[in-house]
Amino acid sequence: MDDVFRVADTDLIAYIHPSMANKARRAIQRQLSSLLFTYNEAFDGMVLAYSIEDINKMAKILSGLQPYYGVNLKAKLLMFSPKPDMLLEGKIVRLERESIHVVVLGFCSASIMSENIREEFKYKSIGGQGVFINTSHKRHLIKSGSIIRFLVQSLDEEMLHISGSLIPAKTGCIRWLSKHVDEDSQMERNHKRQREEDLESESHKKKGIAKHHKG
Amino acid sequence: MVASVREALKASTMGELDDSYWQLSSVFDPTKTDLGPDEEALLVAFLRGLAGSISVIDVEHHKPLINSVLQMSIWNYGCYAGDALVDFVVLLATDGKYREACLDMLVCNFMPPRKIHHSRWIFRKKEVLDRVHSALHAIADLAPLACVQLLQIILHRMPPMHFPKEIIAIYVESMLKLEKSVIGEYVGTEILMALMDRLVDYDVEIKPEDIPHDDSSKGIFDMELEDVEENRDDFVGFGSQGTRQRELVLKNSVYAKKLDMLMVITFEHLKSCADDGRLIKVFKTLVESFKKTMLKTQKSKFAQFVMFYACSLDPEHCGVTFADLLTDMFLYEHDPLSRIISVAYLSSFLSRGKFLPTSLVVGILERMGYLIAKLKAVMYVLCFRMRSIVDVPHHKSQLLGVHLERILQHHLDPLQFFISDVDNNSAQVEEFLRQAKAAHLFFMSKTFLFDDLLDSELLKSYGDMERLDMFFPFDPYLLKESDRFIRPNYVFWSMVKTTYDNHNIEDDDPDDDGDNEDEIETFNLRNTGSVGGPDLIDDDGVYIDEDHDINEDDVLESSMNKMSITPQTLSSTRELFSGFGSTARMPARIRPSVSPDL
Repeated sequence: MDDVFRVADTDLIAYIHPSMANKARRAIQRQLSSLLFTYNEAFDGMVLAYSIEDINKMAKILSGLQPYYGVNLKAKLLMFSPKPDMLLEGKIVRLERESIHVVVLGFCSASIMSENIREEFKYKSIGGQGVFINTSHKRHLIKSGSIIRFLVQSLDEEMLHISGSLIPAKTGCIRWLSKHVDEDSQMERNHKRQREEDLESESHKKKGIAKHHKG
Repeated sequence: MVASVREALKASTMGELDDSYWQLSSVFDPTKTDLGPDEEALLVAFLRGLAGSISVIDVEHHKPLINSVLQMSIWNYGCYAGDALVDFVVLLATDGKYREACLDMLVCNFMPPRKIHHSRWIFRKKEVLDRVHSALHAIADLAPLACVQLLQIILHRMPPMHFPKEIIAIYVESMLKLEKSVIGEYVGTEILMALMDRLVDYDVEIKPEDIPHDDSSKGIFDMELEDVEENRDDFVGFGSQGTRQRELVLKNSVYAKKLDMLMVITFEHLKSCADDGRLIKVFKTLVESFKKTMLKTQKSKFAQFVMFYACSLDPEHCGVTFADLLTDMFLYEHDPLSRIISVAYLSSFLSRGKFLPTSLVVGILERMGYLIAKLKAVMYVLCFRMRSIVDVPHHKSQLLGVHLERILQHHLDPLQFFISDVDNNSAQVEEFLRQAKAAHLFFMSKTFLFDDLLDSELLKSYGDMERLDMFFPFDPYLLKESDRFIRPNYVFWSMVKTTYDNHNIEDDDPDDDGDNEDEIETFNLRNTGSVGGPDLIDDDGVYIDEDHDINEDDVLESSMNKMSITPQTLSSTRELFSGFGSTARMPARIRPSVSPDL
């Protein structure tokens, strides 16, 4: 299974407008910034951060693209690519009988519809505030503001909208899960954390071309 | 209710369009306004029902239904239906597929429907807009990336320029409200930029004819005085007359009125930014926008006062930043046009900004060095500032270090040219020599063409350079409503204490400022010497002899006329001066006490 986060070493070509010729680095940064927080098919994910490793001093003038010229560069990109059946964590920003709305990493929205919430969670209104209470574990509460772990069902790449699910037993409020998870998932999580720490070393080579974007 | 709506929706998805679905569709009719209490209650119930069954809404099957809901205007309904509608839209926006449409619907609700008359919606403005803004914030909380979409929609939905001004006002107010809010963190810069662009758009629509400086019998500067008079009328309650004349000033340019209104909104916003301590951040955006748009706009008339006002709110930071920016542009910019415009801005800004300390003015004059091109600017600034500069010996020595005389001494002899060209009106020459201020502005535009080969070619290459050359961006502000923001920080010519005032005082009271006076004379004489021609020295000699004989009023008047500000055409300027002397009206109204805010 792929990781939600990846670091990709990329070889890119940035097309620079001649008006930016004397500030090429800024133009490149601007182009890379335009990739941030958007889904990119070439990378198969959303770019969360970039760092420019190397800019080739030799620019190319490409026929058909004049007056733009191409600059080869190497950049490290931190990718976020949620796929179905991955587990994500996010903060609940709104909770209704019908749906739970979550923001992942502070920018990506996700919603979990009532039919994707497992039966043991029952909706109750406590003091005017809606909560989902787990009927088999009374202390397992999901309310607005809590951080939950959920399963990715699908991703709308254009809108960066995730449809999630709370059906698997390993999903729910992470505070409760951290105390009450069974051994297996505990190990799995440790394993996962280990892998996240190794993120830097593990990298995928990706090739892509940044679409030209006039500075 | 939820159950029944859900059933109806489900049934329609299966292809069974039963009565309940039709009923549902008929309730959400965007064309229906003025609902009775029953109808509104029904609408609320259905909206709540729809909100409860959001998970069964199908993009394809229920598109018409959703579209008609999204076409409904919150302004048409009471508070319950409005709340229900907004709640539903927020929920719907959580689904990525509808988010754009939902944001678009909310942005459209910044403005009341065009059918509703101004008198009816004005009372509900706050209530409705609060609802819309809270909805936008709710959506931004649910989906932070919605801000990016929101920005595009806001810019796209900006009402066209010909829309009624109330509509434009309410939309811009909403934009600025967003700029101030949390969402503004992400979209504020672009919103402000768009607003500034819009101000410039209106500004350029105001035709030069709408601003009356075609009255050849008097200088623009007299008009400045008249404005002051009118305003005094306003102040003491004879508003009708003052207003009537003011209206004349900006004829009936619809665009001027719209710009006026937008300026009020912008100024109020800047004020509130300053109160919240956000001004420095906002000012950065303003500077960017200024560089990008305003500076490039030939003869922008009023929009640039946004910068003036922002600077007046925080002279220590914004004022200094702005002056430095203009100086840097003048000194280091490659584009000759930008340099000329920036120096025009700079001179006007330094002259008119009451909030700018004299030390800053002198510092900038020093920085500008002795480029001939800045001559006009320096003279203009000195007209306004000389008194305050020479009153402080330290500043005065700085000023002398500017080498003004070296410029005047230049072998192309700007002053000589001026004297030979402008009808040899010795009174004007005398005035200039006496003051080392006032006067020379109107002929400097012509000397420019001869001063410097490089400059002259540049000037000629630019078709309308003559006009541009005479351009002082911070000339008196003529927009009626927003004037109150500018006025307190603005130096009107009538408020300027001239060095010759000082002289007169000295006549009355010989002990007062004796040293300074001597030095002023020295300075003036130095300038005289620099001019060089023997006829001038003669003139000057005459001037010195006649000093006390010259009718005070005449002197003042001549200086008045010479303070011509941004005349429309050169020919009108010529007429102005050929008629000079015949219109010996009493311009001595420039008592400092006239200034209305004192």
